[in-house]
Amino acid sequence: MGFPDRIERVVEIAHPPAKVWAALTTAEGLSSWFGNEATIDLRPGGSARMTWTSGHIADMRVERVEEPTVFGFTWHIYGLPDDDPRRTYVEFTLEPVGVGTQLTVIESGFAQLPDDAYHEAYDGNTGGWASELGELVDYLDAA
Amino acid sequence: MPPDIEAIAEQVFVALADPSRRAILAALASGGPATATDLASRLPITRQAIAKHLGLLAEPGERRRIRYRLHSAPMQAAQQFLAALARDWDGRLDALRDHLDK
Repeated sequence: MGFPDRIERVVEIAHPPAKVWAALTTAEGLSSWFGNEATIDLRPGGSARMTWTSGHIADMRVERVEEPTVFGFTWHIYGLPDDDPRRTYVEFTLEPVGVGTQLTVIESGFAQLPDDAYHEAYDGNTGGWASELGELVDYLDAA
Repeated sequence: MPPDIEAIAEQVFVALADPSRRAILAALASGGPATATDLASRLPITRQAIAKHLGLLAEPGERRRIRYRLHSAPMQAAQQFLAALARDWDGRLDALRDHLDK
């Protein structure tokens, strides 16, 4: 199991869940620590977008909104073509701990393959993509 | 049976681990399909070495006419692996904490 499908982090934050929730789910909050500018329609199915001064843009789709404990969205896998349908799911969970918050973030779905992997991968080529690349590497290794 | 994404990614990284193979793959990525002769004219690698790397795709008499092209799907599998490594949630969560502490 070397391919990372899931990233998980748990951090303690010395601020109450309501304040952390605002930082995660409002345009003002997101643009303060995540993107340089942000918009968000905070409801399941709503759109959110962050932009950076570098020109990078992240489009998100809001999936779960359970104030102030669960916020989830999906977004594009960085580096894949814009029209690739695969998205990872990011879920923040906020739990009160004393006067602060235990914040868990889980991003999952990196190891997924599209349902139509075979069609997309080889445009009707008879070999599977694993064997194709295996052959390519064999050619490259041949000496 | 679905393709094994980890095996695919591993093969891509093996291919990329050698500088000559990286140069060949980079040339195919930037310039499109090419024959071994084309590649030899563009790269500081002998045609013979390129032929070694590209291997026995066809009969010797035909080999110079074979045009090699990149398959992007395996590269995308490898990209998914890199994307997971590059997400940097540690840096983002530090930024979140700094923002809240202001």
